[in-house]
Amino acid sequence: MPHRITSARKLMQGNEACVHGALYAGCRFFGGYPITPSTEIAEGMARLLPKCGGHFIQMEDEIASMASIIGASLTGTKSMTATSGPGFSLMQENIGYAYITEVPVVVVNVQRGGPSTGLPTKIAQADTMQARYGTHGDYQAITVAPASVRECFEQTVKAFNFAERFRTPVTMLTDEVLGHMREMITIPESGELEVVDREKPDVPHEWYHHFEITPTLVSPMASMGDGYRYHVTGLVHDQDGFPTANPNEIKAKMDKLRNKIVRFADEVTQLDVEMVDDAGIVVFAYGTTARAARQAVHMAREKRIRAGLIRPITIWPFPDDQLRELLAHVRRVLVVELNQGQLIHEIERVAPKTCKVAGLTRYDGEVLNPVEIFKRILEVK
Amino acid sequence: MMADPIQSSNVTYDYLRVKKRFPNVWCAGCGIGTVMGSIIRAIDKMGYSKDEVALVSGIGCSSRLPVYCDFNTLHTTHGRAIAFATGVKLAKPSLKVIVVTGDGDGLAIGGNHFIHACRRNIDITTVLINNQIYGMTGGQCSPTTPHDSFAATAPYGNMEKGFDPTTLAKAAGASYVARGTVYHVQQLDKLIYGGLNKKGFAMVEAFSNCHTYYGRLNKEGDAVAMLKLMKEHAMPVKAAKVLPPEKLEGKFLTGVLWDVEMPEYCELYQNLIDSFQEKDKE
Amino acid sequence: MTTAREHKTHRDSKSHKVPKDDRYEVRLSGSGGHGVILACVMLARAIGTDPRRNVVLTQSYGPEARGGAVRADLVMAKGAIFYPKTMKLDLLLTFTQEACDKYCQDLKPDGLLVVDSTMVTKVPIKNSYGFPFIRLAREKVGHPMVANVIALGAIAELTGIVPREAIRAIVKEFAPKGTEEKNLKALQVGFDVAKKAKRK
Repeated sequence: MPHRITSARKLMQGNEACVHGALYAGCRFFGGYPITPSTEIAEGMARLLPKCGGHFIQMEDEIASMASIIGASLTGTKSMTATSGPGFSLMQENIGYAYITEVPVVVVNVQRGGPSTGLPTKIAQADTMQARYGTHGDYQAITVAPASVRECFEQTVKAFNFAERFRTPVTMLTDEVLGHMREMITIPESGELEVVDREKPDVPHEWYHHFEITPTLVSPMASMGDGYRYHVTGLVHDQDGFPTANPNEIKAKMDKLRNKIVRFADEVTQLDVEMVDDAGIVVFAYGTTARAARQAVHMAREKRIRAGLIRPITIWPFPDDQLRELLAHVRRVLVVELNQGQLIHEIERVAPKTCKVAGLTRYDGEVLNPVEIFKRILEVK
Repeated sequence: MMADPIQSSNVTYDYLRVKKRFPNVWCAGCGIGTVMGSIIRAIDKMGYSKDEVALVSGIGCSSRLPVYCDFNTLHTTHGRAIAFATGVKLAKPSLKVIVVTGDGDGLAIGGNHFIHACRRNIDITTVLINNQIYGMTGGQCSPTTPHDSFAATAPYGNMEKGFDPTTLAKAAGASYVARGTVYHVQQLDKLIYGGLNKKGFAMVEAFSNCHTYYGRLNKEGDAVAMLKLMKEHAMPVKAAKVLPPEKLEGKFLTGVLWDVEMPEYCELYQNLIDSFQEKDKE
Repeated sequence: MTTAREHKTHRDSKSHKVPKDDRYEVRLSGSGGHGVILACVMLARAIGTDPRRNVVLTQSYGPEARGGAVRADLVMAKGAIFYPKTMKLDLLLTFTQEACDKYCQDLKPDGLLVVDSTMVTKVPIKNSYGFPFIRLAREKVGHPMVANVIALGAIAELTGIVPREAIRAIVKEFAPKGTEEKNLKALQVGFDVAKKAKRK
C-alpha cells in the first residue's frame, strides 16, 4: 500500500519528518525500543505503518530491535530503527552483523548527551565517532546528518537509498533539538525525490551467489523465500555465504566490504558550502550546530570578516578530497561541535599545513549560539 | 503394524547441503546431528517447500545446524536468533520460521528474547538443544547446568541452579511446550512436528549429550553412556500422571507439556492491516 | 570527478552580501496546564500558512519543563532561519510571575511583554500589556481552558505578526470537536481586549 500524505505545507517535528521520509522511501518495517529523544519516530511508525501495509514492532530492547530489522530486510522489506545514545551502543554488535552480511538497514540516532544515561533530554553531537567506529572490527560507515526538518525527510530517503545502493547499514545522526524542532515542510510528491531499490538477481538459482564480487562490488540481493536459498552468517564467508578460513577468501571479502564504499564514496558525499571561495576563515559544523555557525558566519560577513561555512551533510565517509581542495587557500578553519572535540581530529588530518585548525566545543547540554561562535571567529581569524 | 510415516522415509539426505558443507563441526556421537534429522523429517512431513522455510540460529554448537540444511538459513549473533527470526516472520509471515538455539544461546545471552517471543506468541518454532553446557567455547557453565555439576567455569561445582526451559516457556506465554531427547528420536520427530503445526510460539526442548565436556567433567561417560542415562531418566508425561511421586524422583518429563490455542501475533497484525484496507475501500 | 566546489554545493553566492536579518522572536511561557506549547504550535502553524514566511518552533523538554516553567520559543522570518533557537526576544508572553521573572531579561530593549495580569503582579518593564486571560476565559467564554487562545488573539492583535483570518482558521482546525465555537469566541475576546488596550 502506498504511503498517502497530502503534499500541503505542514508544521512538522524533525522526528515526524523522519517517519514520513522513511515511508516515502518505501520503509515497511520498523523494530524499535522507546528512548528519549527519538520516541516520536517509533510512535509515528506504530501509527502509520499498518496503514501502509507495513509492520511495526516494539522489541524488548535495542539489541533485538536491530536484529529484527536485519531479519526483516532479508525478506526484501526496507527496514529501519531509531534510537539515541544508549540504544545506539546496544545496537553496535548487530550493526557490524548487517555490515558483514551486507544487509541494507537504516538506523536513526537522535543524539543526546552521554556517556551512559547522560542527558536524556539535552542535545549533543557526541556520537559522531561512534557512528564511524562503534562496532568492532574493520568497518566502513555511511552516515548522514540533516540540519532542518525538511532535511530530516530528505536525508532519511537518502539513507535508505545509500543502504540499498551499497547493501550496507546506514546511520542518520540527528539530535534532540532537531528531532523536536517544528518547521514548515512541504512533503515531496511521489516521484519528486529519487528512491533507490536494491538490485535483485535475475540469474537461475544455481548461478546465484549471494555475496558475489561484482564490478561495483555490490552483489544483487535475493529476498528470503524468492527461491534462492542462501546462507547468511556473521562469520567471514565466501561468495556463497559459507564460513571460510581461507586467507585469500577472507581478504577478498574484507576488501569487498571496504572498497564497495571507499571507491564509490563520491556517490554519497554531500557538502553544503557557503562563501568559501574568498574566505580567510571557514567554520566547519554539522547538524543543528551548523545552523548557528551559518548565522555566525553571516554576522562576521556583516563586519567585513571574510568567513565561510562548510557543512557536511554526509559525515562518513569523511570527505577528505573535497575538503583538501576547499581548504587549500583558507588560512583558518574553526571546527564547531557539541562534544569535547571529535570531528576536529578529522579536520586536523586533512587540513593542509597552511591552514590552522581551531575548535569550539560545548558539552553542557546546551546548543552553541551564533554569538559564541562569532566571538570565537574573532579570536582565531 | 504400520511404521510411522516420518520414520520410514529416508528424506534427510535431500535436505542437506551434502556437497558443500560436510563433514560437520560436531564431535562424533554428538546429539545435535540427531536433532537436525528430527527437524528435517518434521519439515518434510509438514510438506513445506525448501524455499518457504527459514532456519535461524545464534552462536554455539547447536547454532551451526542451519549451515548444513538447504533452506533459507540465517546464522546470527550470539543469543539473538529469536529477535532476527521475529523480524523475518513479521515482515514475511508466509515463511515458516524455525529457530535452532542452545541452552547458553537461548537462555543466557538470549533469555530476554526467548521470554518475550513466548509472550508475543509469534508463530515461530524454537528448538532448544539443551546439553547443559557451553560446548563450542570448551565446557563452561550454562543456565541449565545442574546445581553441583562441574564445568570449566565451575571447577568446584555449580553453586547456581539450572533453568527448566519448559517451565520458563510456559510461564512466559508460549502456545506449545514440549521436551524430547536425542535418545527418543521418534518421539522428538513428533514433538517438533507438533511445534510446526502449532499456530503460535512453540518451544521444543531437545535434551542432548555433550560427552566431550559435560560427560567428561561429570563422569557420565561417553556418548553411548549418556544416551543410556537419558533412556533411564526420561519419563513420558502421560505415564507420569499415574505414578506415585516417589517413582518420579530423579526423572524428567518428556512429551507435550503444554498446548493451548491463543491468538497469534502476525495474524493479529494482519487483521489490523486488513481493517485499514477495508476502510480505504469504503 | 567533479571538483569540490561543484560537488553538490548547495549554496555559494557570488557577492557574499548577507541579506538583512528580519528575525522576529517570540516566547510563550507559563506552567503546566496553561497550554502554552499548544498555543505556540497554533501560532507557528498560522504564521506558516503564508508560504513566504519561515517559522521554527522549539520547546524546552525534560525536568525543567515539568511542573515549573514551561516555554515554547518561536522564530519567524521572511528569509531563511539559520539559528533555530531564540537569541533576543521581540515578544514574551507569560502566564506566571516565575516565568516573567526568569525570562524578562531575554527581551530586546524594545521588546514587548504581555502578561496575565491576575497572575503577574510585578511587571518589571514599561513596554508591556496585562490582561486577565484566565478570568476572561472563565467569565466571557465560560471555560478556563481557553485562556491560551485568548492570549493568542491578544498577541496577534497587538503585534500584527499573523493575520486574524489565518489564526482563526488554525484555531478552528485545532479545536477538539464540538468546541470550535468556544475557541473562536475566545480568540475574538483576545482580539477585542487587545484592540481596546491599544487605543488607550
